Amino acid sequence: MNEHKLQKLIDDVKDGGLSRRSFMRKVVAAGIAAPIASQMLVWNGVAMAQASLPYKPTKAGGGGPLKLLLWQAPTLLNPHFASGTKDQIASRIFFEPLAGWDKEGNLTPQLAAEVPTRANGGLSADGKEVIWKLKPGVKWHDGKPLTADDVVFTWEYAADPATAAYTTGAYTDIKVEKIDDLTVKVIFKQPTPFWADAFVGVTGQILPKHHFGEYKGAKSREAPANLKPVGTGPYKFVDFKPGDILTGERFADYHVKNQPHFDTLEVKGGGDAVSAARAVLQTAEFDYAWNLQVEDEVLKRMETGGRGKVSTVVSGDIEFIILNTTDPWTEVDGERSSVKTKHPTLTDPKVREAINLLIDRESVQKFIYGRGGIATASFVNEPKQFKSQKLKYEFNIDKANKILDDAGYKRGSDGIREKDGKKLKYVFQTSINAPRQKTQAIIKQACQKAGIDLELKSVTASVFFSSDVANPDTYTKLYVDMEMYTTTQPQPDPERFLNQFASWEVATKENKWLGRNVSRYSDPAADEAYKAAQKELDPAKRAALLIKVNEIFCEANVILPLLSRTRVAAAVNNLAHDHSGWDVDTWNLAAWYRT
Amino acid sequence: MATYLIRRLLIAIPSLLAISLILFTVLALAPGDPFEELATNPNVPPEVRAALRAKFGIDDPVMVRYFRWLAAMAQGDWGFSFASRINVDSLILQRVPTTLFVVGSSQLLALAIALPVGIYAATRPYSLFDQIANTLAFVGFSLPTFFTGLLFILLFSIYLDWLPFVYRSDIAATGWRWYWEMLRQAIMPITVLGLFQAASYTRYVRSAVLDVVRLDYVTTARAKGLSEQKVTIRHVARNALIPVVTLVALQMPAVFGGAIVTEQIFRVPGIGSLLISAILSNDTPVVMAVTFVFACLVVLFNLIADLLYGWLDPRISFR
Repeated sequence: MNEHKLQKLIDDVKDGGLSRRSFMRKVVAAGIAAPIASQMLVWNGVAMAQASLPYKPTKAGGGGPLKLLLWQAPTLLNPHFASGTKDQIASRIFFEPLAGWDKEGNLTPQLAAEVPTRANGGLSADGKEVIWKLKPGVKWHDGKPLTADDVVFTWEYAADPATAAYTTGAYTDIKVEKIDDLTVKVIFKQPTPFWADAFVGVTGQILPKHHFGEYKGAKSREAPANLKPVGTGPYKFVDFKPGDILTGERFADYHVKNQPHFDTLEVKGGGDAVSAARAVLQTAEFDYAWNLQVEDEVLKRMETGGRGKVSTVVSGDIEFIILNTTDPWTEVDGERSSVKTKHPTLTDPKVREAINLLIDRESVQKFIYGRGGIATASFVNEPKQFKSQKLKYEFNIDKANKILDDAGYKRGSDGIREKDGKKLKYVFQTSINAPRQKTQAIIKQACQKAGIDLELKSVTASVFFSSDVANPDTYTKLYVDMEMYTTTQPQPDPERFLNQFASWEVATKENKWLGRNVSRYSDPAADEAYKAAQKELDPAKRAALLIKVNEIFCEANVILPLLSRTRVAAAVNNLAHDHSGWDVDTWNLAAWYRT
Repeated sequence: MATYLIRRLLIAIPSLLAISLILFTVLALAPGDPFEELATNPNVPPEVRAALRAKFGIDDPVMVRYFRWLAAMAQGDWGFSFASRINVDSLILQRVPTTLFVVGSSQLLALAIALPVGIYAATRPYSLFDQIANTLAFVGFSLPTFFTGLLFILLFSIYLDWLPFVYRSDIAATGWRWYWEMLRQAIMPITVLGLFQAASYTRYVRSAVLDVVRLDYVTTARAKGLSEQKVTIRHVARNALIPVVTLVALQMPAVFGGAIVTEQIFRVPGIGSLLISAILSNDTPVVMAVTFVFACLVVLFNLIADLLYGWLDPRISFR
């Protein structure tokens, strides 16, 4: 299918002569992957299909109370200070962004009248400007109207370094101008293919200027509205006890007709994930519980009670292993695992290839994670248009043995392979978490059969994930041969996420191990593809470049992806809810209802 | 008496200072970073973390931070929570009523069980009742509260479905219904804590009473022809309870400090659960304030116990 023909088809869809579905069928038949086809439509201004919940109730209110249980309790309600998901979930009840992400990674307008596209004039051809039109008639909880001034103020507030907002990364490099009362223009310094960051999703919640105006910069922590939020969301603030309970009531002037369905809202925090699942699935004391990192076995047993169900959505979280190609056991200039050193055996691609063959991903998924993860060989898995179709995983001990035999690694008297006096003995580190320890054991067993000896090490999560410069056991120090953890891709676009494969992001002593490239591996081809993707405006070409970055690292067997993790929640049977792996669980709370 | 009190209060000052110094140093040396979640998030530039650390003064040397904390504490400023971004004292005051209600009621329940059972068992040592009470007391304090708590949840919430196991501090009801709901949700945590405490109190009461019943003045009282009931209550119990009163006074800081494990199981928003969540999120100002207040209460109630002792038993003098 040539470009001309493709363009004609797209035009047909735009005119309404061809349905979305038949377009997809034709293009897919011509060998173009479905997600890329859908991206082509978006690029050309055809609206995406919405994957959010269909709303059935015919009037607002009347749904009684809605009770949510977060086993980590929210501690603050200002969305721009919300570091943890628990706080983001709580503040999203009261504040809304211009647009949110649904579970398939589609941009869905919330305070915006429509999603900016090329066709509606929202996106400029050079990729440097985005024009957002606000939905008319939106009111704050105190009755004042939402205007473009609030949007501009939100940018000023978050961009000010003295405010120390956690969302500041999305706002520092942009400029925001008011065009009229309901229109704002976002101006980027460089052409920006992924523009949906400022004012979108978790980072994008709009603050009322008339409540926060005086508390910008260093005075930000004194704002009374930090603890008594006034937003545009479906529920109004009633009471908040940090670390315990949050209550709200229906906002009668909510900007979506017939929403929300519930009269009051209660968010209780504290306890642990297992008992949270129990309070929904077994006793139905609560309607919804979030982030249930509980073994699937346990959840299945609770579901047999028949009072509630577990629901999972895909997310950008990836559980993976890093093979360290630098030497963790030699200190150079005050740091181990320095890029100036070379690992005695793991620099050999054959050894890395063999280790990748010794990971039984299918069993890890089947026996440990269940619905909580999907076995994968690709570092980026969602949204589908960014997943590598080429990468495949295999579990084959014989093949691994053969590769190591051919590469000259002979078994010693203790059964451990060695070459030139260097033994295949590694320290394999992860955080303390029951599924991870079980995964470690499965991999160790397989490695033993191939003559590789793994010493398992587990570190308390609070130390492992800390950025304590003095502690040798943090994950960014990588003072071991192998390590395993989960990293999160926050947006349904992997550009910023993939900067952990860039050479300039390598974690070193110099940057206090804050660099995002923990593996310390780099490849000029990956750097080049990454830089090109940052500028490429054509979504299909850009996706191809980002996939290339991913493939370079996975094919080098430095990054060994295990599972694409899902977000697990539990809800009682009569609750119609909508959660997304690309946004917080309460992103579409207004549309929840009881059947 | 007055000089004794003044001397004791003066001694308390250096010990509190030493306690605060040790607490502060241990917390400062402990691993962890209150802003660690920022480090793993690719959307947060490292400068924000650096700015926050500078703003909250985490990068200063430990001694500088200690004296800054001490000076603020002396002026009644308990610090500022990293996690909630509000003052620590309002955070703690929010939790006090629930803690007092749950832990206080459990202490009352414990005494209501331990006093009659202990006294009755001691007046009839090695009888069937005494044997049973003893066995149950041993079972009671051998079972940790997290175990009995889970057992209660399984039995009363999941199998029988009688009681809720999530404690809610604001119940949307008024009048009798509010009291009823409050009672229903508080029964399990209070019983779990109360029974555990009752078990050890029973043992104390029994042995204290046992020491007194054999004394001559009790025999004299009996010889005077007083009824057994009067002898037990007026003559035996009053004197036997002196050590028990001290014991209860020393338990009072725990009433304020909350019950960490039980609060976590039942999601009771008390001081204990505040402490745990502050420790988990490395919110050092809150941890510091809670542990230090707890230390002050221990010192204070020790003093009160000593004073009480002298008042109950005039043979003890203050020097």
